[in-house]
Amino acid sequence: MIIKILGSGCKKCIALGENAKAAADAAGISAEIVKVTDYAQIAAYGVMSTPALVIDDKVVSTGKVLSVSEVAEKLGTA
Amino acid sequence: MQWLSDIVAWLVRDGFGLDPAGRLGGSIHFFIYDVIKIFILLGVLIFTISWVQSYFPPERTRRILGQRKGLGANIMAALLGTITPFCSCSSIPLFIGFTSAGLPIGVTFSFLISSPLVDLASIILLASVFNWSIALAYVLVGLVLAVVGGSMISRMKMERHVEAFVFNSPVLQNADGHLTRRQRFDFARGQVAEIFGKVWLYVLIGVGIGAAIHNWVPEAFISALLGQDKWWSVLVATVVGIPMYADIFGTLPIAEALVAKGVGIGTALAFMMAVTALSLPSMIMLKRVVKLPLLLLFAGIVAVGIIMIGYIFNAFGTMFL
Repeated sequence: MIIKILGSGCKKCIALGENAKAAADAAGISAEIVKVTDYAQIAAYGVMSTPALVIDDKVVSTGKVLSVSEVAEKLGTA
Repeated sequence: MQWLSDIVAWLVRDGFGLDPAGRLGGSIHFFIYDVIKIFILLGVLIFTISWVQSYFPPERTRRILGQRKGLGANIMAALLGTITPFCSCSSIPLFIGFTSAGLPIGVTFSFLISSPLVDLASIILLASVFNWSIALAYVLVGLVLAVVGGSMISRMKMERHVEAFVFNSPVLQNADGHLTRRQRFDFARGQVAEIFGKVWLYVLIGVGIGAAIHNWVPEAFISALLGQDKWWSVLVATVVGIPMYADIFGTLPIAEALVAKGVGIGTALAFMMAVTALSLPSMIMLKRVVKLPLLLLFAGIVAVGIIMIGYIFNAFGTMFL
């Protein structure tokens, strides 16, 4: 599974990345966390508010730092 | 907040043994009083405003704007710019998101001008530091600048100066559904924490500069440089303010101290607007999505607008104070 964090690299993006990692680890999923910081690539997902979370190339959340449990919920539904 | 001023005066007199009207005591009073005042206002205001903002995510703003045409769209964009959650780090995705959905770039620029310049927190902060008529006048001229600036950019057909990838980006509809009250509360609380974390240093620096101006810089020096009767005062304030990057919370105490030293209200407002609306970091970010002619046009329109507003306020400012 590939989890992407879209955002220009501000504090919130780092926090979301850590929560996503923690959630994946807790669920025993081997996920690769990829940070996307290039604006053109972020725009390619149609995302307007960062940080955004992308699971297997599907945008599941925008403009929010999801907590570990919220990410886990997205992982379950993704 | 006279009560707070009195408490701080008591603290300076009885706690530090200094005269609050004296030089050192006066600057300590200014510093403590302004820091506490701004932090109280910041906390209460950002929480309330974020709650309102949680009803207007960028996706919704884009939908509302898409339904309007011409000047109406620019006016709506300027108004929505005051309430949509927006930090400088998301300005680029927002620009791309609006433009790729087919909004005219002039409408997007109305939004981009109004968003940092006029927000609800700045209105209430201005009202408490100066008074309500200045706050309302500031909002009004800020909105007019956003509408006129955006409309001019529309007129000049600047679309060809936008990087091509912007138009080819897909449009994503709202990924998230409705927010519960709990989520709005968390959002508002998170915003308070985040904005505090981002601005506290600027506030301290701003208040520090304000306190220094207030008690240490001779009035003759300030008035020689930025006095009401000096034709260049607004120009200097704007040019100095443009490259600076801070938000309104940090610039307000400086403006407050300048006005107390006899600087025209228009000069002080021009300085605040220049610092908040235009800055080097935001220009560098915008450069990635628009080409140089459009960037210069944007900066030029906003700078000229701010200078005009400054002179107008200096001419009629006595009505407000």
